[in-house]
Amino acid sequence: MYAFNYHRPDSLEAAIGLLRTCEDGLFLAGGQTLLQSLRQRLAQPSDLIDLGALPELSGIRREGDQLVIGAMTRHAEVAASDLVRQSIPALAALAAGIGDAQVRNMGTLGGSIANNDPAADYPAGVLGLGATVVTSERELAADEFFTGMFETALEPGELIREVRFPIPRRAGYVKFAQPASRYALVGVMVAESAAGVRVAVTGAGPCVFRVPAMEQALAQDFQPQALDGIEVPADELNDDLHASAEYRAHLVGVLARRAVKAALAGL
Amino acid sequence: MNATVIGKPIKRREDERFLRGQGRYVDDLRFPGETHAYFLRSPHAHARIRSIDTSAALAAPGVLAVFTGEDLKADNVGSLPCGWLITDVNGEPMKEPPHPPLAQGKVRYVGDHVAVVIAESYLQAKDAAELIEVDYEELPAVTETARALAPDAPKVHDEFADNCCYVWEIGDKAATDTAFERAKHITRLELVNNRLIPNAIEPRAAIALYSPGEDRYTLYTTSQNPHVIRLLMCAFVLGLPEHKVRVVAPDVGGGFGSKIFHYAEEAVLTWASRKVGRPIRWTAERSEAFLSDAHGRDHVTTAELALDEQGQFLGMRVRTTANLGAYLSTFSTCVPTILYATLLAGQYKTPHIHCQVTGVFTHTAPVDAYRGAGRPEATYVVERLVEQAARELGLSPSEIRRRNFIPKEAFPYSTPVGLTYDTGDYEATLNRAEELADVAGFAQRRQEAAKRGKLRGLGYATYIEACGLAPSQIAGSLGARAGLYESGEVRLHPTGKVTVFTGSHSHGQGHETTFAQVVADRLGVPIEDVEIVHGDTDRVPFGMGTYGSRSIAVGGAALMKALDKIIDKSKKIAAHMLEAAEADIEFDNGVFRVVGTDRQVTIGEVAFAAYVPHNYPLEEIEPGLNETAFYDPSNFTYPAGSYICEVEIDPETGKVEIASFTAVDDFGNVINPMIVEGQVHGGLAQGIGQALLENCVYDPDSGQLVTGSYMDYTMPRADDLPSFQIDMHGTPCTHNPLGVKGCGAAGAIGAPAAVMNAVLDALRPLGVTHLDMPATPHRVWQAIQQAKQQQAA
Ligand SMILES: Cc1cc2nc3c(=O)[nH]c(=O)nc-3n(C[C@H](O)[C@H](O)[C@H](O)COP(=O)(O)OP(=O)(O)OC[C@H]3O[C@@H](n4cnc5c(N)ncnc54)[C@H](O)[C@@H]3O)c2cc1C
Repeated sequence: MYAFNYHRPDSLEAAIGLLRTCEDGLFLAGGQTLLQSLRQRLAQPSDLIDLGALPELSGIRREGDQLVIGAMTRHAEVAASDLVRQSIPALAALAAGIGDAQVRNMGTLGGSIANNDPAADYPAGVLGLGATVVTSERELAADEFFTGMFETALEPGELIREVRFPIPRRAGYVKFAQPASRYALVGVMVAESAAGVRVAVTGAGPCVFRVPAMEQALAQDFQPQALDGIEVPADELNDDLHASAEYRAHLVGVLARRAVKAALAGL
Repeated sequence: MNATVIGKPIKRREDERFLRGQGRYVDDLRFPGETHAYFLRSPHAHARIRSIDTSAALAAPGVLAVFTGEDLKADNVGSLPCGWLITDVNGEPMKEPPHPPLAQGKVRYVGDHVAVVIAESYLQAKDAAELIEVDYEELPAVTETARALAPDAPKVHDEFADNCCYVWEIGDKAATDTAFERAKHITRLELVNNRLIPNAIEPRAAIALYSPGEDRYTLYTTSQNPHVIRLLMCAFVLGLPEHKVRVVAPDVGGGFGSKIFHYAEEAVLTWASRKVGRPIRWTAERSEAFLSDAHGRDHVTTAELALDEQGQFLGMRVRTTANLGAYLSTFSTCVPTILYATLLAGQYKTPHIHCQVTGVFTHTAPVDAYRGAGRPEATYVVERLVEQAARELGLSPSEIRRRNFIPKEAFPYSTPVGLTYDTGDYEATLNRAEELADVAGFAQRRQEAAKRGKLRGLGYATYIEACGLAPSQIAGSLGARAGLYESGEVRLHPTGKVTVFTGSHSHGQGHETTFAQVVADRLGVPIEDVEIVHGDTDRVPFGMGTYGSRSIAVGGAALMKALDKIIDKSKKIAAHMLEAAEADIEFDNGVFRVVGTDRQVTIGEVAFAAYVPHNYPLEEIEPGLNETAFYDPSNFTYPAGSYICEVEIDPETGKVEIASFTAVDDFGNVINPMIVEGQVHGGLAQGIGQALLENCVYDPDSGQLVTGSYMDYTMPRADDLPSFQIDMHGTPCTHNPLGVKGCGAAGAIGAPAAVMNAVLDALRPLGVTHLDMPATPHRVWQAIQQAKQQQAA
């Protein structure tokens, strides 16, 4: 870790203002990714602006047919929330499957999607459920938010305030863990709502993506076997120590079917 | 023996302080004026160092000193020594390249030590290290065991013709070849024993102090054997007088072998502490541990088993290439030879065995002993072969083993690979294991799993281990450059309380409890009155430390010898006090009694008399009750066991789950069954880890360590493991006073083969016949795909 200036502002305006004025600042949420990259000396920010003292960024509420989750809401809160468990059980299950208890007690929704790790779980949840990301500047549909590996549509200094999840008719998330890190080797979110069916895949490619062929098949028939024969091409998928691209492509099919099953079972 | 102490599951006394955070590990110690060291490590697998410019680092804030290999050389600092000489088949000694504590001229693996920065704070040292300019000429590297001897493989040490350290063999080659000619069936396997990274919870750490007033050094270090470190460092590396150096290994948080060896950091810190004139501390970051702790295993093997028509083993032929890494670590050379090939008889009466081992250098971290050290590798070869042969001959895994077991009447039994097993009852442990594992009900469980779309498999492994290292004469004749006895000292205080000093070292094993049980039992005193001291060369007589499951078998035996001396002397004192003849004094449960009378004195009263010799036969007996003994074993001990693993595989994802694991071990007599079970649990976790999860991978092109953190190196976690079914069936060791054998490595030795045999049993219906460890989901899935393609073709 290199030396940096630490701030803990008590208003959103101050937080955003600080980031604008400092030389090379970063927001600090749960620190579960950021502190590691600092410790490994992979990042050298001049200032860290801790969002921990901003209660308006935290919390879970229902607004009509939407579930709204603040950016600083911890994974453990989402996993344990009755509101989430009743309205989108798949999202509670997703949060419960992130990392370990310590990570879930610190890590946040906003930090996770701002970071957009190709193997993170939340991006599949946000994209698969067709959520909207509300920032300090604007509202971004999930389809525009995740733009590439560790890349998002966020502009420098733009802060995620909350994420609005439309409540689906049913949804299922199934993750196959990378054995060492237990991030998603592949994770698939399947959701059916009035707007149609969405299938989002994390872990498999450089960035979370949707599978239109599966979405169409499931729109016709929301059953696991509707996906039989639909293959995701392996050429653009990740290939590393833990899985070949072919294996990942295969897992997308297996997990998508299991996610449909989970959705049907209301898990 | 006193039945109330030995064999009782007494709670570990040391856990109180460990659980309360009151342990004193090296990193917990603080010294006035201390400074911090940071080691600059090589980013390259192989490079020539053209120059090192330390001037900017020296000028950086807080920096006190920067040293490189040249500084050590100028001060005549020597090479880190290797403790075991292996003689090549051609009669020549193995090749022994220099192992400078800081690189000289070349770096030979990613993580090799290049320079040390000493500063007021750790961060200052680390910041300054970034200012050191090293001009490297990058060179091609070889990291793969199987490629080390390829004609185009880059050489690790320029002074040798190739990367071969030695070719070594054991057994009668001609007789073995003849056995193969007579065979009705030959089973042949190509096996890889995956490279592992030890990962003790506590990373390595050291603090060195020099006291000019006494002209004396103290090194606090995370070691399993502080006397060995002192000896190697003084005699070979720093040329310091041994009596001027104290080495302390306080509480140590796990070692698994990786803390046996004398490491560069220990020597450099000790040397630099005098240069800098202040204490210097260093604690490895976890990433440094991955790079620079000695790794384990890493074999490539071709193995063959010759059988007759009844499935009797006629002979075994094994050829192994063992990766030694870039330099020879302390015991690296004996692990894949003496500690490996001598175990290839396993539990079987195979009449002829021949094994050839080629030790090779590669551009990787040194490889040395890791939990089991050679014995897991041997068991893996034997038990994979045996189970494969059973399949090929249509015998059950149980039957083929029973047909070949050394029968219990045959002990002592001499194997064709140099060992003489003293006792054992292999049928008994297998019977018990099959019962506990409910082998009879397996077919039904397999059917039930199939209904759920899962593949179920059952695998066996029966292992033998040679513990209680070691009879010094045998070890010496095999190339050991040290003796392998153990020391013990028993100090009875005037009040009857007891302090015991052992040359063994506890780094998680629970010696403070087990050894206290032994002493309390023998002296007939409450266990609370016994304190065990270890890990300090200023307090404890010269001892060889803890590894190879030797502590109770050798260290415990040394204590028994010292206790015998205490009791012998006490009898003389008691005879005087009771005005009786010494021959008429009997000792039982803490009381000396004149045979057949009620005249008696307690051991406490005897101790008091020994130290307050007012009425004492000074001309016949010295005052005091303090005895030291050294015990050198007459043979190894031979723990053995039968393991049965049941797995369930999801054929869609390739994920293997351990459905149940049964371990029945013969550890001889057991002092504390709870501690022994804990050792078995830990060993099984590591064995299962090797079979399913752990794998150290270097990139073959760049030589970078790919699995350099927990993001990529998979440690076993609690939810990877089932609740183990464990039992013991002991045949007491015949040649040590406690009848004990040792239990520390057993689980790690027997588990890998049992797991892999179970995985293959599950996959066999799909046409999969071979798989290397670790059986990750990806590998299992690939094997299934390949089998499908082969069957389609
Ligand atoms: C051991 C371990 C295991 C893990 N396992 C998993 C797993 O299985 N699945 C998974 O999905 N994740 C996993 N994670 C990641 C973790 O869940 C966090 O979600 C993730 O680290 C980021 O969240 P954070 O709150 O910690 O963000 P931080 O680390 O604090 O920040 C991450 C990045 O986001 C930026 N940022 C944070 N908040 C905002 C905001 N509101 N607006 C704009 N930018 C912001 C920061 O500036 C920084 O660049 C794991 C982490 C660890 C340490």
